[in-house]
Amino acid sequence: MPDEQRFLEVVDPGALATVQDLGRAGLAHLGVPRSGALDEPAHRLANRLVGNPEGAATVEVTLTGARFRVSRACTVAVTGAWCEVRSGTRPLAWGTPVTLSAGSALALGPARDGLRCHLAVAGGVAVEPVLGSRSTDLLSGLGPAPLRGGDRLPLGPPHGVPRPVNAAEPSRSARELRVRPGPRDDWFDPAALAALDGSSYSVTSDSNRVGLRLRGPSVRRRDDRELPSEGLVLGAVQVPADGQPVVFLADHPTTGGYPVVGVVAAADLPGCAQLRPGDTVTLRLVSPGRAGRDAAPGRQPRG
Amino acid sequence: MAGLTVRPVGESALLVECLPGEVAGVYDAARGLLDDGRARDVVPAATTVLLDGVADLGAVAEQVSGWDPSSAPAPVGDLVELRVRYDGPDLDDVARLWRCSAEAAARRHAEIEYVVAFCGFAPGFGYCRGLPDELAVPRLSTPRTRVPPGAVAVAGTWTAVYPTASPGGWRLLGTVADEAVRLWDPTAQPPALLCPGTRVRFVAG
Repeated sequence: MPDEQRFLEVVDPGALATVQDLGRAGLAHLGVPRSGALDEPAHRLANRLVGNPEGAATVEVTLTGARFRVSRACTVAVTGAWCEVRSGTRPLAWGTPVTLSAGSALALGPARDGLRCHLAVAGGVAVEPVLGSRSTDLLSGLGPAPLRGGDRLPLGPPHGVPRPVNAAEPSRSARELRVRPGPRDDWFDPAALAALDGSSYSVTSDSNRVGLRLRGPSVRRRDDRELPSEGLVLGAVQVPADGQPVVFLADHPTTGGYPVVGVVAAADLPGCAQLRPGDTVTLRLVSPGRAGRDAAPGRQPRG
Repeated sequence: MAGLTVRPVGESALLVECLPGEVAGVYDAARGLLDDGRARDVVPAATTVLLDGVADLGAVAEQVSGWDPSSAPAPVGDLVELRVRYDGPDLDDVARLWRCSAEAAARRHAEIEYVVAFCGFAPGFGYCRGLPDELAVPRLSTPRTRVPPGAVAVAGTWTAVYPTASPGGWRLLGTVADEAVRLWDPTAQPPALLCPGTRVRFVAG
């Protein structure tokens, strides 16, 4: 049970602040999106810094920064995009465990060179889990609502000893996304696929936790057949009828009816979380590795 | 005879293609991969089953491509009966498309036993298979901004019950009459009343 006297008060959530953990994977067959921290390495690092298990819930702060107050003395850490961290007029270190006294203010400034920061508090945000996760899912509405001024987030009991890390690195936004073709690359004009490789796209302002919406060279289909809905994965690059690709992020729908031309390499997804509207990113088609080749046996006789 | 195609999806997923009537059998077999952690998510859809969170793509692909879904008996899921008030705003339009009266349209919808083929669109939104091709209806050209929970709807050859309030472009035939029925309850196990494989009957009343 969380101690009711230990809470993190939201003074100003800025543009968007949500509670995030590692999400609710494993329920996609019921139509439940996976959700969870978009910049997962930053989320895990923030937790390690304050002595939490990596799956404890943190606050994901978007673009403009946010302001908080802690009710009790506690240890906090900020990771993800670099930002100024202050308590009142006192500057605090980014990427380092910092101990605050009871009643202290805590302000994260606007994200620099990125979009999303993670704030971890020792003990973790202890809102009631929904289906095993405390993550806010902006697509389905599962989990706590986006944070509002005045919200008091309960905190769990501190788990362990804060673990400072030498030179924690700010997250970088992706410059290049490696895309493995498939499963529906054969729905596209080969010339359009070839053109996709090395093309630059700009990130549009309607991008969000559901997907990164890109604008650039149109990826033309071979024809206008309709694809029956099929399961989607994190990082899937879906191409709707207008030919402008969407890279699905953590709050993506579990199924979709537009063909997926390829999937972004898992290692490039945290960098997607840090892309801002207006940023430019280059798509690079990569050939599947050995496992991928083995996984494409084509039509098999059976029976 | 069509073959079972396995397509790679990124670094850790596979998409298994099959005939619509084989999805249930492939889904049932693929769920065995969850038990020993060879896959984290198995997601059925209209003509595919997605295996996600697969550590050893090569081995699982080889195993799955050897499956013969036509040899396995289709699994028989639990039966859920839902009482429906056939008073939806699109019932008359659907009756016109089906060239019958509203009463006859309600009867035709209720006389079929459906099976939830897959969930999607929203948590607990089950796509129920069972309407014959000749009763396919187009989606609304302009989706409604809000469909109430419990609305019973059709689109294409699918029927579904909206588990929670949401926007929606399906044609509304009626409403689940029993207010105690929870189509989606995150505290229940499982949280969705209509899971893949569940058989569904609608009872007018």
